[in-house]
Amino acid sequence: MPKIKLSENTVQTIKSVCAEFDNKESELINVLHKVQGKLGYLPAEVQEVIAKGLNTSVARVYGVVTFYSYFTMIPRGEFPISICMGTACYVRGAEQVLGEFKRQLKVEVGESTPDGKFSLNCLRCVGACGLAPVVTIGEKVFGRVAPTQVKEIIAEYRQGCASENAKSA
Amino acid sequence: MDVINLVIDNKPVVVKKGTTILEAAKGIGIHIPTLCYMKLDDLNIENKPGGCRICVVEVDGRRNLAPACCTDVSEGMNVNTHSIRAINARRTVMELILSDHPADCLICAKSGNCDLQNMAHNLGIRKIHYQGEQSHYREDTSPAIIREVDKCIMCRRCEMMCNEVQTVGVLSAINRGFNSVVAPAFEMNLDHSVCTYCGQCVAVCPTGALTEVDETGKVVRALSDSAKTVIVQTAPAVRAALGEEFGYEAGTLVTGKLVAALRRLGFDYVFDTDFAADLTIMEEGTEMLNRLGRHLAGDKEVKLPILTSCCPAWVKFFEHHFPDMKEIPSTARSPQQMFGSIAKTYFADKLGIKREDLVVVSIMPCVAKKYECGRDEFKVNNNPDVDFALTTRELAALIKISNINFRTLPNEEYDNPLGESTGAAVIFGTTGGVIEAAVRTAYELHTKKELPRLNFDELRGMEGIRKATIDFDGTPINIGIAHGLGNARKLLEEIQAGKSEFHAIEIMSCPGGCIGGGGQPYHHGNAEILKKRQRAIYQEDTKKSIRKSHENPYIIQLYKEFLGKPMSEKAHHLLHTAYFDRTE
Repeated sequence: MPKIKLSENTVQTIKSVCAEFDNKESELINVLHKVQGKLGYLPAEVQEVIAKGLNTSVARVYGVVTFYSYFTMIPRGEFPISICMGTACYVRGAEQVLGEFKRQLKVEVGESTPDGKFSLNCLRCVGACGLAPVVTIGEKVFGRVAPTQVKEIIAEYRQGCASENAKSA
Repeated sequence: MDVINLVIDNKPVVVKKGTTILEAAKGIGIHIPTLCYMKLDDLNIENKPGGCRICVVEVDGRRNLAPACCTDVSEGMNVNTHSIRAINARRTVMELILSDHPADCLICAKSGNCDLQNMAHNLGIRKIHYQGEQSHYREDTSPAIIREVDKCIMCRRCEMMCNEVQTVGVLSAINRGFNSVVAPAFEMNLDHSVCTYCGQCVAVCPTGALTEVDETGKVVRALSDSAKTVIVQTAPAVRAALGEEFGYEAGTLVTGKLVAALRRLGFDYVFDTDFAADLTIMEEGTEMLNRLGRHLAGDKEVKLPILTSCCPAWVKFFEHHFPDMKEIPSTARSPQQMFGSIAKTYFADKLGIKREDLVVVSIMPCVAKKYECGRDEFKVNNNPDVDFALTTRELAALIKISNINFRTLPNEEYDNPLGESTGAAVIFGTTGGVIEAAVRTAYELHTKKELPRLNFDELRGMEGIRKATIDFDGTPINIGIAHGLGNARKLLEEIQAGKSEFHAIEIMSCPGGCIGGGGQPYHHGNAEILKKRQRAIYQEDTKKSIRKSHENPYIIQLYKEFLGKPMSEKAHHLLHTAYFDRTE
């Protein structure tokens, strides 16, 4: 695993989250949750700082990170795509939708595109079964997604960032 | 006191509130089978994740079966430990465990000593009705320990030892469901982790998932090489445990047979690590007196307490976890390494052979000794002072392979000059022994008076942390003892915080000291075995005609002929070492 050097700022962020939870080992899950919220993911170096902050072993932190599917050690894309694989979505063709996302983005589940724009994941039920199959991108929910729409959705986000870039330039 | 009345297998029983069904049953002689559960009485070591479900029993009025190891008794409970439902459940659980376990028992290192194998036998499993995918994980070989994760049954005993008892924190259950394994952080290999190789995970593993690196083949090859002179040293704790491998009651001393067996195996000289333990006391004791003397004279620079440094797992532990304190432990090498160093200089010279033609083998109760003898600072021109370290278990295997009938062997004596030792040396094998041996010598060297007594009962016992003040003829010396690295950590944190009152502290990594080492015959969770070994060690001490290290005539001769005096330049070069910061 290549070593990442964490910036002093990031280390301070992690330490202050630990302190927020009184540096208690029993708060490990809460700390991980909050740190992932801030940094987007939990690479090895981050887990080491957390272990030190909560006075526990890195092995234990890693154990918890790998137990819960919510936690990830891979950086999420700017636009994290999740395809619902719950029963309703599945029977209404979520697998085909997922296949199309894989083809279009050329990534597997759990991976990110090389430009860091998109990451692809599966989840189980967002509680919008009436709209099955469901795809979420960031906070936004797309309902009744057909494989044919996938290309268009991706393009929309690509253009979105292109126009934003143009604006900021 | 709150008591509970219940019935187990039709027998009424009265126990304290808070007792588990398992313990209540044990009290009336009913043995409920367990697998993941393990308890070492008096050592505060207990593993009861309630994970394996082998110990399930039927309780009247309860819908599901109860795991006996972690279900407390309640008033009026009626327990049936062998109802057809309980037996069937137990057998189903065992079949499910076996369905994801490699069936290579015939060639497994743990065969015959495997709790899983024994349990399958006791439950009468003849067929596995469940077939499906088996989990696979890479094998991990380190200098001392092999992890064969496919054989892991997730009992979590190793994890409990590594985290709760030793506070080393290398092993943890990771991933979930079918993919879960016990592994170091980020699934790195052991030799990249902060593992101390204490081997307590190996000592408690119920299967062949964790074993020591087997070096018996290398030793057999060395013994059959006519160009080599092969000598052997035996650690103190080996003589109090080896007999168990040959059907002797725990705590039977087999020193004479051990020597005879090694001679039959073809070692040219059979020596004793105890000799080197006496040498350790001369060096460590002198260093302790130097530091104490300077401290008592008001020198603020001197670092106290002095910590013992015989235990390689302990050394690696503080190098990883307390590198800021690496100046505090004694610089004295461990007895194993002192022996190797003296053997390949003093003794090789006596024989008139080159160090490369002398092979030094050690028999140790320890797996960390394998790692220790491979450390670079204990090599000269890449030739190690100690070539191979075998565990007590490996020696037993070697004796069995070589068709030696251990029980009919005569008692034989060690060779000289490196085989003579005192009672002070033999007690190195138990917690409290090193410091007691040091006190015997330091007292007499310091006060120039003869000790009024030799047994220091206040330093003995099985409590994790012990404290005593010894009167050095008017000077009170505060001594601390810790066994188990978690206990050691507590004393180290006191020192770090500037709260330590001790002048000297003995630390051994394994619970009980070397008698409970990771390389000893398996105790299978029976702490009584450790206590019997400890008694045997003290018994050996009292049988010795000389019981103080500085009175060992061969040690006196070694200093006269070769080393000069303790802490001399030559002694520094051959018998002392330095420690490294391993945090990066």
